[in-house]
Amino acid sequence: MTPVPLASTFLQSASFLDVLYIIAFALFIQGLRGLSGPTTAVRGNRIAAVGMAIAVTATLLNRNEGNWGLIVLGIALGAAVGVPAARRVKMTAMPQMVALFNGVGGGAVFLISWSEFRLTAGYDGTATYVTIFSLFAAIVGSVSFWGSNIAFGKLQEIIPGRPISLGSAQQVVNLALALAAVAAGVDIAAGSHSELVFIGMLICAALLGNAVVLPIGGADMPVVISLLNAFTGLSAAATGIALDNPALIVAGMIVGASGSILTNLMAVAMNRSIPAIIAGGFGGGGAVEGASGAGEHAGTVRSTSAADAAIQLAYANRVVIVPGYGMAVAQAQHAVRELTKELEKRQVEVSYAIHPVAGRMPGHMNVLLAEADVPYDQLKEMDDANPEFQRTDVSLVIGANDVTNPAAKNTPSSPIYGMPILEVSDSHSVIVIKRSMNPGFAGIENELYYDPKTAMLFGDAKSAVSEITAELAQI
Amino acid sequence: MILGSVLTTNLAILVLAGFIGFVVISKVPNTLHTPLMSGTNAIHGIVLLGGLLIVGLSGNSAFNKVILVIAIAFGTINVVGGFLVTDRMLEMFKSKPDRRREPEEPGGGDHKQ
Repeated sequence: MTPVPLASTFLQSASFLDVLYIIAFALFIQGLRGLSGPTTAVRGNRIAAVGMAIAVTATLLNRNEGNWGLIVLGIALGAAVGVPAARRVKMTAMPQMVALFNGVGGGAVFLISWSEFRLTAGYDGTATYVTIFSLFAAIVGSVSFWGSNIAFGKLQEIIPGRPISLGSAQQVVNLALALAAVAAGVDIAAGSHSELVFIGMLICAALLGNAVVLPIGGADMPVVISLLNAFTGLSAAATGIALDNPALIVAGMIVGASGSILTNLMAVAMNRSIPAIIAGGFGGGGAVEGASGAGEHAGTVRSTSAADAAIQLAYANRVVIVPGYGMAVAQAQHAVRELTKELEKRQVEVSYAIHPVAGRMPGHMNVLLAEADVPYDQLKEMDDANPEFQRTDVSLVIGANDVTNPAAKNTPSSPIYGMPILEVSDSHSVIVIKRSMNPGFAGIENELYYDPKTAMLFGDAKSAVSEITAELAQI
Repeated sequence: MILGSVLTTNLAILVLAGFIGFVVISKVPNTLHTPLMSGTNAIHGIVLLGGLLIVGLSGNSAFNKVILVIAIAFGTINVVGGFLVTDRMLEMFKSKPDRRREPEEPGGGDHKQ
């Protein structure tokens, strides 16, 4: 029962446990390497999971007596929530799920810092650097927790996806909140021991997390989630330094660094710059822009019927399907697969053009179509698909909007100007299946719908596609 | 550790880990961005260890225990949920090129028609 000697108030690891930690983080690195390639990804993820199991085991071996009940309770609660959530979540809701999981990670970080603060009576007698890293973790963890929850709310449409901001005062408010959080942190590091100040710091960070993410439009949310993911990683690394735990430091920092790179890659794929996203208001200008844009095109939308669409498709040589989030929401993947089979029976060449950010996250659409057993070789990445639209008879756009908007190429004033798009308007004709004329996630009108080549088929993606398939069978 | 404080050693680990993180994810295809984000997300759930370490220390007040149980629960959700969800996503990528799905589970689990 003799307690293990403590370094300041924190546990010191024995060499054996350190070796376990080293094995654990080696597995994280190996796992992450696997995750970055398509053929090794499944194994990579599992390798990382094994690393995690080893790290947790080492920690449980290492700890002092007592409180096993609390540990079991915490893990049981977490597993009871996490396992069913992960198993049941629909593939369409994946981005929200990742946001939520990221959020709870950030939540764990700031709660741990808070408990450290309380346990040491306000960092009394802890080394200054421990205090600083713990405070850093508290602030960043709290920002990440609240920011991720807002991102979740927006994607789940609990909170409107449109930017909600204070306008020009936003930047000032954000800066003030950040400074207030840091000032509170400095006060505590200087030895105020005041829990009120600590809680004030957490609240400022929480408000900051809300204030930063609320003004960001839904279309940019994947990049934000990735950025918050990197933040949580960094805060976990800071917790690791405060607790002198190598596994936490390495794992947290790797996620911080790889998350930053990934955020950047994602932003590049969406042709957005990270500072521009954080500055916020994407789509805010779009509402104004869209309003004036709508005036220009008033009343030239042509609508069509399932029967006409079926005829158009049946006599085409080449059809490209452009799936978007709307298709996924309607769970129309399988219906689309049926339509494809019917068309292939008639010797129509069918392929799918996948925008890198189709769905709501890069790679999301590929997952959804893979789920519906669409053959992989029919999926064309944007760069391969675009040159082929010119020799495409019919482009069938199903629930995709912003990624087909020619404004991204033609209208420099549009908020999505410069975003790479699928050049659907190059094809001979276009059929758009859409529920209504409501603008897409970015909140911008789509010029494509007013193109004389375009016919709109209004309706739920799944039933509309099924109707076309039924009509096709009768031709 | 002969010379150098715990802090400098840990800082060295931190910096090296940062570089490894950058190197490992230098180039990833767009299609893997979502699973990769989800996978790295699961890894930072390691902060769970922090909760496990502190809950073992003596002197935690009742309120602290509540905070720590929540922290451990949050960390567990992050780890378990993150890895499971990533696995589910990646399994779907596996039924790829012309290779057929291995018939492990006839009927294919969560596979709807």
